[in-house]
Amino acid sequence: MNTPIPPPPLANSLRTGPDERGHFGPFGGRFVAETLMPLILEVEAAYRAARADPSFQAEIERLLRDYVGRPSPLWFAERLSEELGGARIYFKRDELNHTGAHKINSCVGQILLARRMGKTRIIAETGAGQHGVATATVCALFGLPCTVYMGATDVERQKPNVFRMKLLGAEVRPVTSGAGTLKDAMNEALRDWVANVRDTYYLIGTVAGPHPYPMMVRDFQCVIGEEAKAQLEAATGRLPDVAVACIGGGSNAMGLFHPFLDDRAVRLIGVEAAGDGLDTERHAASLSRGRPGVLHGNRTYLLQDADGQIQEAHSISAGLDYPGVGPEHSWLHDIGRVEYAAATDQEALAAVQLCTRTEGIIPALEPAHALAHVAKIAPAMDREAIVLMNLCGRGDKDIFTVADALGVKL
Amino acid sequence: MSRIAARFAQLSKEGRGALIPFLEAWDPDHETSAAMLAGMPAAGADLIEIGVPFSDPMADGPIIQAAGKRALKAGATLARTLAMVREFRAGDTATPIVLMGYLNPILSYGTERFCTDAAAAGVDGLIVVDLPAEESDLLAPLAARAGLDIIRLVAPTTNDARMPHVLDGSSGFVYYVAITGITGTRSASGEELSAALPRIRRVTRLPVAIGFGVRTPAQAAEAVRVADAAVVASALIDTMAGTLDAKGRATATTVSTVLAGVKALAEAVRAARAGA
Repeated sequence: MNTPIPPPPLANSLRTGPDERGHFGPFGGRFVAETLMPLILEVEAAYRAARADPSFQAEIERLLRDYVGRPSPLWFAERLSEELGGARIYFKRDELNHTGAHKINSCVGQILLARRMGKTRIIAETGAGQHGVATATVCALFGLPCTVYMGATDVERQKPNVFRMKLLGAEVRPVTSGAGTLKDAMNEALRDWVANVRDTYYLIGTVAGPHPYPMMVRDFQCVIGEEAKAQLEAATGRLPDVAVACIGGGSNAMGLFHPFLDDRAVRLIGVEAAGDGLDTERHAASLSRGRPGVLHGNRTYLLQDADGQIQEAHSISAGLDYPGVGPEHSWLHDIGRVEYAAATDQEALAAVQLCTRTEGIIPALEPAHALAHVAKIAPAMDREAIVLMNLCGRGDKDIFTVADALGVKL
Repeated sequence: MSRIAARFAQLSKEGRGALIPFLEAWDPDHETSAAMLAGMPAAGADLIEIGVPFSDPMADGPIIQAAGKRALKAGATLARTLAMVREFRAGDTATPIVLMGYLNPILSYGTERFCTDAAAAGVDGLIVVDLPAEESDLLAPLAARAGLDIIRLVAPTTNDARMPHVLDGSSGFVYYVAITGITGTRSASGEELSAALPRIRRVTRLPVAIGFGVRTPAQAAEAVRVADAAVVASALIDTMAGTLDAKGRATATTVSTVLAGVKALAEAVRAARAGA
């Protein structure tokens, strides 16, 4: 079993970030109100101490193995590869984790941290509901009260997950400000945190937010890439030619990419949600179409208007429907180490059907964006080439959305 | 001496605290908010805080969120907020104006150009809610060069060890966020305020203003008995919102009602120390 938290990186590595202020180049940082600042510093100190504590690591390992079901398998998608007629495609199957997505990886680490800090109440934001479900799950496991903020629009389109969270004992608070999606849920969670700093831990679901969250969530998600690297090595004796993952805030992609950052021969491709198309008003491609700014505690690429007002994102996938992106992605984008592409709603829907038909796996709409890009590049690749894709969530939660988009009444 | 320092020096001579009313630029529309701004000094405002509308005001409660939303719908931008200050300065060169807002519109405008333009428009100080001391180097040197005061927030969670770091490089006055929470939700008790102020005074000689949760004339009076100024925001916006029609538009009583609210607060602030 791999160590869930990566060892300290070597010099001359792309894995050494962030600096002590939480900056990845010009991105990241701690842009929060003073009320939160002491708490952010406390989270950082607690995390650094925990990371150095072997008993903390051992407890994470135990939970990931016996509760989450790690390591998740690596699957050679043979029929899909045949159908596309090019590269050999491997799925990292994080959709088989307990709760159905990669989100639980970071929830396990963060709930243990919250307990170490003596916090007695957990709050979280959620878009698709996967992070909310994973948070509610670990809160149930440890008997902590949990409040999940979710945009009212998302509450409507992710009903199964809303019910799951409630069943798990969480309180789901619909957020009606803005467009009622992930951005607004995060605003509301931050407002809750400011009002309840002393007893509450904010369990952020992605590699965004103020330092140390982008670093910490990344560290907890790196188990994806570490496992995949070892599994692919065992199966094929080599590294992938390309690794692909979808990007909303970017936690599953960061988890997959980070262990490969110093393997410069491996092409890394993040796939943003192009919604109706990159050249329309309705997409969620902050790296492809945004510009740097500050939101939710960090400096990063954002969708914003000429006056610096944040714009609403749009994607059929609630989990990618966010106008920002984790700051480390912004840095990797600017230095050119990771390429960022985009897939539209329609392409993602087609990918859901392709994957289901050829592999018997119903993917979530989020990784369907990654698969849509794989379907674009794989046919032109050599038959010996290897594409590694993170299948970061399963599609059960999306069946109503997909049926609706395909014109089927359930 | 900056306009802010001059104003506090003058009030100190008079032996009274300051009232700092708040309005959101362009809420509910340009003309109405400009009229409120213009009328505030005569109603008893000693300094004025102008909120710069932002799409994602993370430290604000529902009342100021709604204000920002109305303002943005009316067409507010950072440039138009500066224009509003410029208009105000044509008729008032003495009342200090402080802009309060979030960092992203300033970044989008361009930090250097913003500081130059804000100073030229007649802005005296900046409160940037999501720019803590740790990231202040993005803006503070440029603001100082332009002659703008950087007003820092101190919160109940700011411990004594951190206080000097937070106040290092701040000027104008210190804004004490009286509660751990968002704007317009609850109020701090007199004891909480009395306990907090000495912690700040030990570290700085700057005047201290209390904001967040100061709603009534009595609370404003209580604030200036322990501190140098009281900021009233949500309560005034609430008052204003009560005068709007069903479509959120200003009515004939909007400006006069808000200014009457300012007047009542100012009278309480001016009388606060007289009986003490």
